[in-house]
Amino acid sequence: MSDHRSIAGKAPRPDQHIPLVVVGAGAAGVAAAVEAARAGVEVLLVDEHPVDNDMMAMDVPLCFGQRMDATVRNRAAMLERVVETNPALATAHDAGVDVQLGTYIWGAFVNSATVQELPAPMLGLADDRRSWLVSFDRLVVAAGARDVLLGFPGWERAGTLGANGAAALLMRYRALAARRLLVIGSGVLGLHTAALALEHGVEIAGVVEVEAHVRGEASEAKRLAERGVPFFTAHTIREARGRTGEIESIVLVGVDEAGTPVRGSEREIACDAVCMAVGLVPSVELLHLVGARLVFVAALGGWVPEVDAWNRTSVASVFAAGDCAGAHDGMLRAPDVAREQGRVAGLAAAVSLGALDRGQAEARRGVRAPLSPASSEMQSYWQAWLRAQIEAGGWEVNVCQCEEVTRRELIETKPPRYLKWESPQMSARDVGTLLRDGPINQDQIKRLTRAGMGPCQSRRCREQVGLLLAQAAGTTLDRIPLPTFRPPIRPLPLNVLWPADEPAAMREDWVSWFGIPTQFSPHWTAGMAVDEPTAHARLILSEE
Amino acid sequence: MTSGAAVVIVGGGVTGLSAGWWLARAGVDVLVLDKSIVGWEASGRNGGGATHVGSPFGLEEQRLWPQMDELLGYPTEYQPHRIGIALSEPQLALARRWAEIGESRGFRWEPLDRRQLKELVPIVGDEAIGGTYLHFGGHANPQRTVQAYAWALADHGGRILQHTTVTGLVRRGGRVTAVETTRGTFGADVVVVAAGPQTGLFAEMLGVALPLAPARVEMIATEPIPIMGVGGVAGNGLYGRQTLRGNLVYGGGPHEWINVPDMTTPEHANTPLVRNLARRLAELFPRAAHVRVIRAWSGLVENTPDGLPVVERLSNPDNVVIATMSSVGFGLSPAVGRAISELVQHGRCSFADLGALALSRFAGTPPDWRERAGWVARPAEVAAAGGDG
Repeated sequence: MSDHRSIAGKAPRPDQHIPLVVVGAGAAGVAAAVEAARAGVEVLLVDEHPVDNDMMAMDVPLCFGQRMDATVRNRAAMLERVVETNPALATAHDAGVDVQLGTYIWGAFVNSATVQELPAPMLGLADDRRSWLVSFDRLVVAAGARDVLLGFPGWERAGTLGANGAAALLMRYRALAARRLLVIGSGVLGLHTAALALEHGVEIAGVVEVEAHVRGEASEAKRLAERGVPFFTAHTIREARGRTGEIESIVLVGVDEAGTPVRGSEREIACDAVCMAVGLVPSVELLHLVGARLVFVAALGGWVPEVDAWNRTSVASVFAAGDCAGAHDGMLRAPDVAREQGRVAGLAAAVSLGALDRGQAEARRGVRAPLSPASSEMQSYWQAWLRAQIEAGGWEVNVCQCEEVTRRELIETKPPRYLKWESPQMSARDVGTLLRDGPINQDQIKRLTRAGMGPCQSRRCREQVGLLLAQAAGTTLDRIPLPTFRPPIRPLPLNVLWPADEPAAMREDWVSWFGIPTQFSPHWTAGMAVDEPTAHARLILSEE
Repeated sequence: MTSGAAVVIVGGGVTGLSAGWWLARAGVDVLVLDKSIVGWEASGRNGGGATHVGSPFGLEEQRLWPQMDELLGYPTEYQPHRIGIALSEPQLALARRWAEIGESRGFRWEPLDRRQLKELVPIVGDEAIGGTYLHFGGHANPQRTVQAYAWALADHGGRILQHTTVTGLVRRGGRVTAVETTRGTFGADVVVVAAGPQTGLFAEMLGVALPLAPARVEMIATEPIPIMGVGGVAGNGLYGRQTLRGNLVYGGGPHEWINVPDMTTPEHANTPLVRNLARRLAELFPRAAHVRVIRAWSGLVENTPDGLPVVERLSNPDNVVIATMSSVGFGLSPAVGRAISELVQHGRCSFADLGALALSRFAGTPPDWRERAGWVARPAEVAAAGGDG
């Protein structure tokens, strides 16, 4: 006998099978795709840019801070733009790579302990109109990195960007609507962002650093200073000001060595955008979904996949390259590092598919590019920023914008405001009382406070929630278990995500629960069955 | 031996927590052990429905839910009433049947035509042919409720040990005297086993055959939309609700039978079934078809062969209560917890006839019942994602 109501026999058939899928058309992804294609592998290279305006407005996938100009609404023009601004794509195309732009990867599905019905490992893809499934033999994830954002009063206003969001608008889209940008963070990332913006004709209102000295290279800082960029060291943000939800100025305040604001040191900086450039975290969503082992490496930006010398993850068929395998200052200083990782992953994928032998791959790989030393104290740097911003901006600042959860509500594990719940029992509970029951778990706090539960899928708050919890628990970010990523990792409309067609059995045998006729039968009428109607079974009202 | 308790509860799901809370508020010294975090499995991942009037615990379920916020001292987000929507005649017949089962227990309901439905549920479309308004039943937020039980239990002096896996039951003289865990051995006068899919493994340790088949089921959640008057709206083969935040949270469709061979917690993977769920939700609410799905998840549940619970104080050993809710535990939890607390304290349940839930009904169930019913897991593959190269 078989259970018609189970998934057996109804598993989704992929719309397409591709031996190698590469996710992300940055330096690493293109290099991987080109190497594999040159070895004779059929390769699909997918990149979500240009993302549509609605996604951008939600800060997906990067923090664009509502500072896109009107051109991003023109999809055709943006498609041309992202091709034009990424010359390597032409190389990929020439190498025979199938390049799909404007295409989201929203899920990765593999068999595991509780999933055995999938005919093959597969990815969920989507554009603005529909979704589809592509199965693969090998996967190279080159998904890049996200910005670490730390809130301040008024950061909900239009004009709060992340460094990678700003870089994408400047370089890929050429559509940054900011004229005067204040950069937060003077490390390699901050200085790099300031220089990039200047290059593209954006005025820099200043570079702000919570520490007493500029963190990045002195020569680079000098070059910026010579071009009139002011540096505000030993400063933090007090608030963003402006009318009608826009940033029109940022109030800075000086801090002492302990990060405490110095009275009377406030200064208001006119600007229409502020760019958080304090750090990047690898985008490991897909790697998490395929079950690749992730480890916390502070020097690489946090949770990263364990990879071998050939950039292979703990899942034999999956490789990771570029920022998503570890984002650090060295990557910014030497873009070749990401490209080299991509090449290695592409070669390794080709070898594992039998398209190359190991010797050929070794030969093509050549000498490994030396890696610049990475900065290893990012965690304490982020904590220093957070402490100063709490001192300057207080506890009533939203940590999660989507769900409007403040720092205080997070730490006090308050139920959401709309429940209007008050009880002495509830008031006695906070992160501290949860801590007595076991280590802090970000997913548990999310369930209780809703921090990280909104449409941006925690892209804006994940790290600051973790940092706040670590601070409250007297521990460090690496000791907080990785909060899970759930598919769809891009927020897609129901009528995009839905399948255009379904196996007949899926429609005909669909029931809301298990379809066990006795499960919901009234207990006082022995033998009666209430069976959910399906195409095969009409509603049974009693034992007939 | 580490300090034990009068009652040790194996499993910090909604059944074990509720039982622990009822016991603690009765002044019983109780300790709940959980292998990870309270309510982390199916108890905190379900649709939140609380409309099971057909169950022996149904009347008590209906009596208790409206009081739970106050009794616990923490919010459960309980909301009364349900609306059933039908897109076809068979769906309408099913919705009416649920209503009539309630009616036969003295609850009120009324039929809804399309116009009434659209007034109550503005995102319904012309595909809806009619529905039901139940002046009974309801739903709550599982994630908030499990924590409410846990905190309330502690407020009454009960204890919870998380990240503590029970590995064995110590028997002496026809009784279980202690439970062995990864964090020591805990003495007990009475042991309650409410361990979800792993309940069968504990029964086996006691030489008791409890037929259980674990399965994985999936749900999706959308971004928030404006709050509707009644959030408890379902139909078209979906269960779920609109949350008080405004998200549409729904599940349904095919399950995957799996094996849960040991005490470890398997991961909570999703499959492309999330697309099929999206389709049915858009069919049910065509005016919300543009709304974005922001999250999906899965949960593991267990079923007995007839889909009904087993809630029983064993005769040998006679100080053990075994409870599995057969995949329908959340809504019934206030009532079942109370029943278990009575079984522990008095050996019988005062408010519900548990006869139909007795383990003895499976005395003739053959060992290969899962195979016979087709409730089996596909054999595991060697590699999770492709082969080695």
